[in-house]
Formats: sequence, structure tokens, C-alpha cells
Amino acid sequence: MSSQPKLVLENVSMTFQTDGQPFTALAPVDLQIPANKFISLIGPSGCGKSTIFNIVAGLQPPTTGRVLIDGEDATGLIGRVGYMLQKDLLLPWRTVLDNVALGMEIRGVKMKDARERAMPLLAKYGLGGFEHRYPSSLSGGMRQRAALLRTLLVDQDVVLLDEPFGALDAQTKGRMQEWLLQLFNDFGRTVVFVTHDVEEAIFLSDEIYVMASRPGRLVEKLPIDLPRPRDRSVVSSPRFVAMKKYCLDLLHMDKPASEAA
Amino acid sequence: MIEPRARPVRRLPVRRDWPSSLIALVQVGLLVGLVLAWELGARFGVIDPFFWSMPSAIFQTGVIFFTQGDAFTDIAFTFRSTLLGFFIGTTMGSLLGMSFWWSRNYARIMQPYIICLESLPKLALAPLIILVFGMGLSSKVAIATALTLVVSTLTSYAGVQAVDKDQERLFYSLGASRWQVFTKLVMPACIPWIISILRVNIGLALTGAIVGEFVSSQHGLGRTILYAGQTYEIPLVWVAVFVLSALSMVMYVSVAYLEKFLRKGIVH
Repeated sequence: MSSQPKLVLENVSMTFQTDGQPFTALAPVDLQIPANKFISLIGPSGCGKSTIFNIVAGLQPPTTGRVLIDGEDATGLIGRVGYMLQKDLLLPWRTVLDNVALGMEIRGVKMKDARERAMPLLAKYGLGGFEHRYPSSLSGGMRQRAALLRTLLVDQDVVLLDEPFGALDAQTKGRMQEWLLQLFNDFGRTVVFVTHDVEEAIFLSDEIYVMASRPGRLVEKLPIDLPRPRDRSVVSSPRFVAMKKYCLDLLHMDKPASEAA
Repeated sequence: MIEPRARPVRRLPVRRDWPSSLIALVQVGLLVGLVLAWELGARFGVIDPFFWSMPSAIFQTGVIFFTQGDAFTDIAFTFRSTLLGFFIGTTMGSLLGMSFWWSRNYARIMQPYIICLESLPKLALAPLIILVFGMGLSSKVAIATALTLVVSTLTSYAGVQAVDKDQERLFYSLGASRWQVFTKLVMPACIPWIISILRVNIGLALTGAIVGEFVSSQHGLGRTILYAGQTYEIPLVWVAVFVLSALSMVMYVSVAYLEKFLRKGIVH
């Protein structure tokens, strides 16, 4: 394979007009994300993380710039990436199996084939026995699993995950992170992950982009060179602790002048 | 110095549930008592039997109405126009309400008309509808439809507006077309809203059918009530009213059952 980056953001920015005043949600951003890497974006709220996701997913046209996937212009195109929003957004009238198959169904796969593909994966990734249950009977962690499987099964190389574990308790979150790493290994996708949680970002990622707010912008790119597969114990290693401290310092530096006023 | 009042000591009030058999006994006893009071009151001149009739006379008229009269024709007529109006009004209204999802401009243009239609006393149009649709079944169906349509439209439109915007974003992020969003998200999301109006609508449809029969008709329980009232056959008025309540209850219970069934099958 060529060394062409999987996902490229070229000079992408987002400006809104609020009460006649231009408001910069995202200052021009240039990003190059290599294939099969796990990238995290961390930053305070209002730093434009979600804006980047919406632009890449084609749900919002950028004010300037282009989005390239495999070198092709994908600006404003929907369905080119897998996108998991913060909420699980499972449809309450569909069984877990049919929820997971939704993405394939929308892409025109026959329902029967979609179910056949989803079925073994549900069993493999911890939803066995719940295939024909409705989402209301699932725990928060299982709902997130179903939502993530739905995202992965649309067969897009690039997957955007917007704080998928933000609402989970610490224990479930830890288990879900390990589960996600297993999926990342098995499926080999390019993942862009948004989180508030520095530890989570370091544990999961190959690279971290630290962002800042007002205007939303990228501040620094941090390679995470911890060997994979990673074990939970890595979080107490000196390398990890040092990186975590560095990240936190970067985030805390970002106290905009407007906040002091 | 004021003496502090002694703190009142109370026990938790005790709830004593009567056995269901006792409840049923009291219910039946009340009914028997009422009927008896009515009968005796009329016989001994406490209430005027000319206007109020009496249970024994009503019963006799009822037997005649069912054995020699038009009871079954009337019931079938009212039943049919109610059901048709209910189905047509609910279906058309729901589709109309959901259609507003397709275009915000279209929804905005239609809004004042819908509000007008809602505030319009549709029963006041009954004489006109009879003129347009004739004296037969179709005019009753039309009035029943008019009553149920607007409620269904407003309710399903409320359902459309309550569709989770994030869910819509999810569908689009998966590359869905508008048609897919409509059939796989908007329509299923509106179904609980539509189910919730079925019970209201069956009552409205019956009202519409009866009013249509009041204005002009050759059959139906409403027509029988009106006709009997005009000819001072008070026992027949009562018979028709009782039959009508029974019909109404049967339909209400059926729809409530249908609702329960649909909820179990579709909404989880």
C-alpha cells in the first residue's frame, strides 16, 4: 500500500454568524491521519472537536477547506465514514440485531444478509443472547457496544467516535476501552476518537491531538509510542504518567483571556 | 411563657380494601336501586312518566325494537359509518401530519390552515355536508372523518416534531436518503403518537356519525333517537340511547384492546 494518508483535512475552518457577529468555531485546521491508526482529539468543550466530526461526516459544510478520504474529495458527502455520536441512538422499536444491521440496511444490503453478517459478531463481541432483545432491556455498556458494532458494520475505513464512553461508570468504561482495542485490532480501521479523558486517550491512541478553544484549534500533536497490545497496567508506567502530565499541562494552559474578564 | 402543645400521636391511616365480590355487590345493588327508584317514582307520580318514562316501559319497547323494529339495521348503519370515518380520518390525518416532515416551508404554509380547521366547529358544517354527500352513509362517514382527521393530523405532526434530531443525524451519517429516514425513522417514531389518539378518535367518529344522523338520515341510532323524540315515544329514545352507549362501550373496549396489542407489538 502507498503511504498516502487515509484522511486529510485541508485548511478546514468553520465560522458562524451569531447576531451579525462572526464566531469562529474552528480556526483553519490541517490534519493528516494515516491508515489503520487510532487518533484521539482531546480538548475543553467548545474546542471544535464535534465540529470537525460533523464536517468529516458531511453533516455540516465547512466554511473553508476540503476533506479528503484516500485522496478523493469527500467534502459534504454523507455515508463516507462511520460516525458514532455521543448517545447510542438505538431505535427502541428494533431488536439489538436489527439495530446493529441498520447501517448495512441503509446501504442497500438485504435485511436477511445484514442479519446474517451481524449475528456472529454480536455473539463474539459480548452481545450474545441479546440479539432479539430490545434496547430498553440493555445496560448502558451493552447499548454502547451495539451502537459501536452498528458503526463498524457499515464497512467504512474511517470511523469517528464522539465520546462513546462519556456516560459510563468508571469500571464499565475500562472494560469498554479494552473491548474497543480488541475491535480495533480485529477490524483494522482508522479511528478518530474524541474524549475529555486524557488517560483514555493515551491508553487507546497512536497519536493525540490536543485542542484549545476560542477559537477552536489544534495546539499540538503527540505521538504515543507505547507498544501494543496494551495492558491496563500500562497506565501506571512512568512513560504513561509523564505523557498524561504533559497533556494535562497543555490543556490547563488553555485558559483563554476572555475567561479571566 | 406558652406551654408547648402536646405533640399529637397518630397512626398511619389504615387502608382496608373490600373484597371484589363486595364491590360488585354494591355496584349491582346501586343499579337495582336506581332502576327501582325510577320505576316506583314514575308509578307513584314523583316524576312525570310522560317525559321520563319508566324502566318497565323502556324494557318492553326494547323487546319490540329488537324483535319487530329496525334495531339491527340501525346498529349496523351507525357502526359502519363510525368505523369508516374512524379509519379514513385517522389514516388520512396521520399521513397528512407526517407529510409535514418533508418540507419545513410546506409545513409553515399549511400551519394557519390547520389551525383554522382545528378551531372550526366542524359539526356546524353538518347540514352542508349532508347537502353535498346526500342523505346516505357517505355523509355520516364524511362528518366522522372531518372530526377525526384534524386531531390525527395535529398529533402525528407533534410526533414528527418530536423525532430526535440526533437520530436523524445518525441516519444521514450512515448515508441514508430522505425516503429512508422517513420510512425507517419518522414513521415508526410517530406510531406511538398515532396509537395514543385511537381511543379519542373512536369517540369522535361516533359523535360525528350521530350528528349526521340527527341532521338527516333514514337509518341509524341517532335517527331513531331524533325520530322518537319528535313523536314523543320517550321509551324508544331511552332504548336507542342505551343501545348507543353499549355500542360505544364495545367500540371503546375494542380500540383499547387494539391499542394494547399494538403497543406490545411495536413499542418497547
